[in-house]
Amino acid sequence: MAGYVIRRFLQMIPVFFGATFLVYFLVFSLPGDPIAALFGDKPVNEAVAAQLRSQYNLDQPFIIQYLLYLQNLVTFDLGVDFSGREVSAVLAQAFPVTIRLALLALLFEAVFGIAFGLMAGLKKGRIFDSTVLVVSLIVIAIPVFVLGFLLQFLVGVKLQWTSPTVGGDAGWSDLILPAVVLGLASFAYVLRLTRTSVIENMNADYVRTATAKGLSRPRVVTVHILRNSLIPVVTFLGADLGALMGGAIVTEGIFNVPGVGQRLYQSVIRGEGPTIVSIVSVLVFVYVIANLLVDLLYAWLDPRIRYA
Amino acid sequence: MRVTRTSKMLSVAALAALTLSACGGGSDESAEGSGEGEANKTAIITANGTEPQNPLMPVNTNEVGGGRIMDLLFEGLVSYDADGNTVNELAESIETEDSQTYTIKVKADQKFTNGEAITAKSFVDAWNFGAAAKNAQLNSYFFESIEGYDEVSAEGATAETMSGLTVVDDSTFTVKLSQPESDFPQRLGYTAYFPLPAEALADPAAFGENPIGNGPYKLDGDDAWQHEVQIDLVANPDYTGTRVPQNGGVTFKFYSSFDAAYADLQSNELDILDTIPNMALKTFKTDLGEGRYDEKAYAGNQTITIPGYLPEFSGEAGQLRRQAISMAINRDEITEVVFSGSREPATEFTAPVIDGYNDSIPGNEVLEFNPEKAKELWDEAEKLSPWPADQTFTIGYNADANHKEWIDAVANGLKNNLGIEAEGKPYATFKELRADATAKTLTGAIRTGWQADYPSLANFLGPNYGTGGGSNDGGYSSEEFDTLLDDGLGASTPEEGAETLNKAQEVLLKDLPNIPLWYQVAQSGWSENVDNVETGWNGVPVYYNITAK
Repeated sequence: MAGYVIRRFLQMIPVFFGATFLVYFLVFSLPGDPIAALFGDKPVNEAVAAQLRSQYNLDQPFIIQYLLYLQNLVTFDLGVDFSGREVSAVLAQAFPVTIRLALLALLFEAVFGIAFGLMAGLKKGRIFDSTVLVVSLIVIAIPVFVLGFLLQFLVGVKLQWTSPTVGGDAGWSDLILPAVVLGLASFAYVLRLTRTSVIENMNADYVRTATAKGLSRPRVVTVHILRNSLIPVVTFLGADLGALMGGAIVTEGIFNVPGVGQRLYQSVIRGEGPTIVSIVSVLVFVYVIANLLVDLLYAWLDPRIRYA
Repeated sequence: MRVTRTSKMLSVAALAALTLSACGGGSDESAEGSGEGEANKTAIITANGTEPQNPLMPVNTNEVGGGRIMDLLFEGLVSYDADGNTVNELAESIETEDSQTYTIKVKADQKFTNGEAITAKSFVDAWNFGAAAKNAQLNSYFFESIEGYDEVSAEGATAETMSGLTVVDDSTFTVKLSQPESDFPQRLGYTAYFPLPAEALADPAAFGENPIGNGPYKLDGDDAWQHEVQIDLVANPDYTGTRVPQNGGVTFKFYSSFDAAYADLQSNELDILDTIPNMALKTFKTDLGEGRYDEKAYAGNQTITIPGYLPEFSGEAGQLRRQAISMAINRDEITEVVFSGSREPATEFTAPVIDGYNDSIPGNEVLEFNPEKAKELWDEAEKLSPWPADQTFTIGYNADANHKEWIDAVANGLKNNLGIEAEGKPYATFKELRADATAKTLTGAIRTGWQADYPSLANFLGPNYGTGGGSNDGGYSSEEFDTLLDDGLGASTPEEGAETLNKAQEVLLKDLPNIPLWYQVAQSGWSENVDNVETGWNGVPVYYNITAK
């Protein structure tokens, strides 16, 4: 088991180099001159522009730029963005916010998705099941920004239960509404996934055996049906954590959450290579680690799966 | 074993669900913060802003996010009132005989908020710092009129001071320009010309994070700037200028979209919003109610530049074609339909709030919609040199802002009225558009616009149409215009200058290097908690006059 984990961590090294190289190359290939854009539609002073280009290594060929970035990375110096801020400070500010947002969304979709999915699956074909199916279909069909604006308007502006935007320190309780919006679509997926899986397992031989040997209904449901139904759901949730963090741009925009998505968007627009690469690298790590956790969870959920 | 683990997991989930709903209930209270109520001069006003894109250094701030903060933190030699009139602030007097050499006397007993006295040196050092290429300050070009600028701004320059700046004594300095420019005093309220304390020059990076100014407001302590979130300004008790704060402070909340800010405004979580989002243009008057919004034309315009270096647009045929295109655009209809009246059709090349503006410059009928005449002019051009059969007339724009709708409307107008193929050409980002424009590799027209840095006709005309002007994307060059521009700048009074500059505009109306479309109108809204909101000449609310109810 320990060996397996270590091997997985070692695998991250090529993934990291591959990802940063690719992203750096893509940023480099973006058309337009980020330094000229700094001047807005005002005249570009060539001497000042040249000074800035050399300050950000933008006058070097691509491979040198990338190597310089890696060299600084070894000393934990991520460089500065165009506004003179340390990229590490940018990350330290944006990531906790987005992690909170993503975890809340994940918690929301996992708890409610599994609970509703289980209930719907157990009562297959009944009114509750049909209602849940229709509602989840509607939720999946509506784009996230529509849901976002709608909930913001209803809850924030009309009912005034909460502030329409987040801003500020973006604490846990401020992020509930955005997290619900962010997690709604996945919630519907989790629900449907759980439901199908539960229905399938209800007809499995071991469930019939468990019922036949006189186990109580709650025990059959929790230990035999639910636990075995969770494997596809956990796979989905693990992959979704990465998607939630990187894909929160729209939700963060609607609710003005000062998180990774917004920062990434701004950096892409401005062509800030080091900031983009640093953010994406961290996202890659989150993705890889979430996947590792999922794989380890498999073994726990289904003891037949072992890692050596 | 397995049982307990499973049940533990379930109970954790149940607990989490409980906590989640408990938090949901708790958020009821979060509608506080807006109830600062009672009329007083200590209340903090909240206003929308964007994260400054550069360190907070006056000579390095060239965008609106940082600009509005700088304007409150600093006071220059002059300032502009809401109507764009120039008012002396730190300047006791600005005198000149020939519009080329200015003697500037600085008011006595003025201080930065750290106690340092403001003297002639505070200005001269700041300007020299800003102009020197090695300091890489984005506003360096604002000093280009000063004698000696070329020496300090060249690549690899070693000179650090401009020969045109001389400190006479503590309160006096002289500025010698490389040529007469009568609107120089009007410029001195712009961000680039603010004075700087010695600390700023010693450690610009630290200063950019915690600027020390002399304006109506100052930062509320060391951590006032919470990046990407907000910046807190409080009234500066030692301020003695004309822009006296009527409130206790201004907090700029940073928004990535006006939509989010508008939602906050509607629920009184935000006091001032300087731009109504497109989404709400049709509804904001009823959403907010009478007395909570304002519409005012400000010193900005939208134009289309057709580069003179395109073969189809050179020479006489090119001139006719540009006139035809201008007359084929229905400005009234587009401003009404696309912008719901939030733009005003243009009648010349500057903007209505500028001193010297004239809406009836001879020749401006070329900016009126006249499809018959347009077609006539186009056909005339066809006789001189035919338009390539398979060529489409493109109008480039940056797709990262709201331009598509009106560009399409303009293109459709050209299609219908001139019978040519015309379409918008989106560039993904602003920087890509600018890269093509500055490299002069455009293959069609592009959208351009100008927002004045200081309220002066010349600020619109010089950079955009002067030969070699910094923002002259079309590469326009006209001897007649240049002469009139120089004469206007060299005039002994601003009034005389304006008259000559408007003569210069007559040349532009003939040549149409840019096709003026419309003037920007600022539409702002405010919460139930504030009063006395007014929009300034530059479209930015006059923050210091706002009072809390």
